[in-house]
Amino acid sequence: MSYLLKIFTYIILTIVAVISLFPLYWLFNTALTPASSTVKLPPDLIPVNATFDNFDAILKASGVTKIPIPGSDAVWRVPRLYVWFLNTAFITLLSTAIHVLFDSMAGYAFAKRKFPGANVLFAMILAALMIPGQVTLVPLYLLITQWKLVNTFAGVILPGLADVIGIFLLKQYIQTLPSELEEAARIDGASEWTIFTKIILPLATPGLAVTAIFSFQRYWNAFLWPLIVLQNPDLFTLQVGLSFIHTSEFGTNYGLLMAGAALAAIPMIIFFFAFQKYFMQGLRIGALKG
Amino acid sequence: MNTHSVRRGLHLIINFWNKHKWSYFFIAPSMILFFIFIAYPVAQAFLLAFQKVDLRGSTWVGLKNFQDLANSQLFWESLRHTFVYAVCVVIAWIISSLVVAALIQPLSNKIQSLYRGAFYLPNVTSIVIIALVWIWIFEPDYGFFNFLLTLIGLPKVLWLQNPDIALWSIVLSTILIIPGSGVVLYSAAMGAIPREYYEASDVEGANALQKLIHITFPLLKPTTLYLTVIYTIAGFQIFERVYIMTGGGPINSTMTIVQLIFQTAFSDFNYGRASAQALILFAIIAAFSFVQFKFLSTDVEY
Repeated sequence: MSYLLKIFTYIILTIVAVISLFPLYWLFNTALTPASSTVKLPPDLIPVNATFDNFDAILKASGVTKIPIPGSDAVWRVPRLYVWFLNTAFITLLSTAIHVLFDSMAGYAFAKRKFPGANVLFAMILAALMIPGQVTLVPLYLLITQWKLVNTFAGVILPGLADVIGIFLLKQYIQTLPSELEEAARIDGASEWTIFTKIILPLATPGLAVTAIFSFQRYWNAFLWPLIVLQNPDLFTLQVGLSFIHTSEFGTNYGLLMAGAALAAIPMIIFFFAFQKYFMQGLRIGALKG
Repeated sequence: MNTHSVRRGLHLIINFWNKHKWSYFFIAPSMILFFIFIAYPVAQAFLLAFQKVDLRGSTWVGLKNFQDLANSQLFWESLRHTFVYAVCVVIAWIISSLVVAALIQPLSNKIQSLYRGAFYLPNVTSIVIIALVWIWIFEPDYGFFNFLLTLIGLPKVLWLQNPDIALWSIVLSTILIIPGSGVVLYSAAMGAIPREYYEASDVEGANALQKLIHITFPLLKPTTLYLTVIYTIAGFQIFERVYIMTGGGPINSTMTIVQLIFQTAFSDFNYGRASAQALILFAIIAAFSFVQFKFLSTDVEY
């Protein structure tokens, strides 16, 4: 009986998992299927005649970015999709690096140091956690316009750097670290900056990893804010670029669209498999606040 | 004031500075960003909601933006759509992640983490990408869903083109992907329940269902509360899916609050009204979180 129950459990779980993973599977299946086979019934359930044609097509459909070569009249013509990829990587990596540095500094101060105003400031951070991002959307856009940062990476990156979740997460994590090493180093005459970089940061590595991973996911997948700030197609991120192609004349060429979507999805999927442990850990640290 | 007290005051300031300068140095970058890009814009959103803003500047209009919204049929419809979406998604996600977590609980650790990974994977992919795939799955002529329907002899459905169906298609596209976070958190919470509780109930002759109702569910309440709150907040903020899949159409049948805020601000350039809409969204989310805390946290202690 219990053996039957186990088999039954596996069957149910596998069916649910297959349904849940189906859109992702269908994305890659269509991306690898020749364009002519995309519009036929019944559809190929596996990529029988797998091809990269759709990937060539999306490279062409995304257009060309002309990059002037310094010191000559020549221009370097690069498929926009590559440029979008680099734009996304640049915004994601820079934002994530700054986040980890600033959030760990603030998280350390709130977790381990006593200073006037700490409680008030931290209460403000907690309050800000509950405010949906749409509230600041219009004021931020007006601010970015006033600062002439529309259509710049600075306009995309700067407002996002003010994110309270990372501070909260790292405060929670650093609080659990023992204080003895820190005190010992202080008695030995180490500077506060040395204590932070040589003692706190190494001990907080798992917390830093969680912050970095969530930040990476957030920026790689970001859509609404870059959509508003960026209007020049050469500056698009992958998500904005995909939505741009979707509304263009190629919008109903699903093989091509799925190839673009696959290219945008792959880095995140690799990232997930590489750091799966930290994704799960991060969820639990985040949930502890309740 | 004599020189002595001035010197003492100065001394206090220098002492204070020496004692706390590093603390302020550590929080300075984050707090400066916080005040410029969160605190100030939030305050400004409250002001904008009571103003009419255009290229010439802004004028104070009192409650007019809110009155206009109260009289706008589209606004009420968008509230209703958002509400329907959020309620369906929260209920479906809580139940499905609870069931999946309960099913993987008795399996070995290795297989558990394999399933957790499989359920989490679609959740790391951007909603823009997931929404594009769903447009393709919902495609009327060659889409996978209509292929399945014709396979079992049913007529084709215009999943995203029929105004009576489009909102339900968007709900369906959301709930068919099990939320990885719910599976992971329920699974962790179930793993943390002491075995003695179940052994004690064995002694008293409880069956599996009784154990589930009287031991497992009550002990999962904090997790349920947390997930309900975060899923409700996420549900009310639905945007990318609608923007990509339908753009709020056909004939506004999938218009949600954030899609409406987006259009009001960046197609109509009516910043005052968009801010009023955003504040109403904020109030709804706050009210819902509050009620859920009240409702679900009463007997959380155990």
